[in-house]
Amino acid sequence: MAYKIISSQCTACSACEPECPNVAIYEKDGTFVINPKKCTECIGYFDDAQCVAVCPVDNTCVIDTSYPRYQAA
Amino acid sequence: MLGQNQTEPLEEMMQQIAEYKGCGTSSEGGKASCGSSSAPEDMAPEVWEKVKNHPCYSEEAHHHYARMHVAVAPACNIQCNYCNRKYDCANESRPGVVSEKLTPEQASKKVLAVASTIPQMTVLGIAGPGDPLANPEKTFKTFELISKSAPDIKLCLSTNGLALPDHVETIKAFNVDHVTITINMVDPEVGQYIYPWIFWKHKRVTGIEAARILTERQMLGLEMLTAAGILCKVNSVMIPGINDRHLVEVNRAVKSRGAFLHNIMPLISAPEHGTVFGLNGQRGPTAQELKALQDDCEGEMNMMRHCRQCRADAVGLLGEDRSAEFTTEKIMEMDVQYDIEKRRAYQEIVEQDRQEKVAARNAELLELEKEYSDVKILVAVATKGSGRINEHFGHASEFQIYEVGTEGTKFVGHRRVDLYCQGGYGEEDALPTVIRAINDCAAVFVAKIGGCPKDELRAAGIDPVEKYAHEFIEQSAVRYFKEYLGKIRSGEIVHVDRGDADIRQGAYIAA
Repeated sequence: MAYKIISSQCTACSACEPECPNVAIYEKDGTFVINPKKCTECIGYFDDAQCVAVCPVDNTCVIDTSYPRYQAA
Repeated sequence: MLGQNQTEPLEEMMQQIAEYKGCGTSSEGGKASCGSSSAPEDMAPEVWEKVKNHPCYSEEAHHHYARMHVAVAPACNIQCNYCNRKYDCANESRPGVVSEKLTPEQASKKVLAVASTIPQMTVLGIAGPGDPLANPEKTFKTFELISKSAPDIKLCLSTNGLALPDHVETIKAFNVDHVTITINMVDPEVGQYIYPWIFWKHKRVTGIEAARILTERQMLGLEMLTAAGILCKVNSVMIPGINDRHLVEVNRAVKSRGAFLHNIMPLISAPEHGTVFGLNGQRGPTAQELKALQDDCEGEMNMMRHCRQCRADAVGLLGEDRSAEFTTEKIMEMDVQYDIEKRRAYQEIVEQDRQEKVAARNAELLELEKEYSDVKILVAVATKGSGRINEHFGHASEFQIYEVGTEGTKFVGHRRVDLYCQGGYGEEDALPTVIRAINDCAAVFVAKIGGCPKDELRAAGIDPVEKYAHEFIEQSAVRYFKEYLGKIRSGEIVHVDRGDADIRQGAYIAA
């Protein structure tokens, strides 16, 4: 699995972008999006998913269940 | 005390300096101050040099000089219960709200465009809409570009303080000589009710622990600024029942660490803002509650009372907002010629006007020196700036409030009276709104006023005064007060306590 950003709730504040250890977050059409291929759910880097911890709108960075759970190498 | 038969040249010069620097909101006994009552000897020459043209640091300067904010810093590292940056009504004015975010390059272009159009724009601030120091690259890149292209413009920034200790050196390196920290508490027990969380060392920290870290970082940051010789203003949001009495303690804590100015602001709270406080019905203070707290803190340090709690993209004098003239689309089309000499020439004229104003008030005060009375009144003033009574009653979007007594005049605040954004407030409701906002005033000074509102004001016990149209505010206030005292003596009027007034809470229509 990976995290995804619910774009209708994203305020485009950009707080998540520099916090992502995988550089998986970028701006697209006025909101921010997560590249699921790069997202590791912060496993191996931090105890908490950084985008979730810094996002000012609760329940905006959420697990995208359409991707399999990330497995640390 | 100066101004009382002191004729020594040095004393006289100190007085001129103190007045000139523009801090003199209070003319009590000829004392200079920054919206306050600190003696001029408290103010080193290099300090007044820094504040004299800064509308946010000097009450007197704010009648003449303009500022602008550029919204290059959208990210934030803490959450406050009074803030919600998602909501952007273009007609709304409050911190944390912007219409469009800018890149540092766009911001730099915008600053040049505004500085060329508004030559009295002397200050560029970065105040969000998030926290400038949570966006350090964008913030400092903007400062770098502007310090190259417009070296005469003062740079300042406003922060929650969490990241401040990490950046004091860089702030110093960019010659940023004004930093504002928002400090709402020095006790984590209080702070837990204001800050739900902070983002700290890659974790979301909540509760008392979050407030403890934040207050430690704020105090450390303030001490470092003071040590670096950077002027620091402290902003505090007054939240009745949560931190209102505690702010006296905050005042002592920041003063002892070298803060220059304390700005206690009323909580802006309405359900439509979508903030925690807006939704849970937390009220803001009344005008007199705010004034009483500011008065209590004033003995301790300089108080700012002219803050308009502006947007993070505001442009113009503090009481106006010209940001709509400078959208990215419009500035990209502008052919900007930055002429530093033209700006300087314009500012010299402003300076002459300022000195004239101070001289007029002081001359008027001389006669009052012989009198003593404990009567004090508040007067509301309709003004477009320059320290003159030059606005029509019906066109005023705010009234400036002055306290007058035998000791002199003092600017004690302003009341916004613009119409509400939400429906239900038609023309017929506008006047009661105005009366509620200036209900604690004995008179309202205007350039002109219609017959109808005049009668209604009189019925409410507020004297509408047109005879000082286009004259200086403070000189007129002293004149009016002399007459007022005369009328009390002759028994024509009886001095009564005017009670309290409302602080406007809703969004407003700028047009």
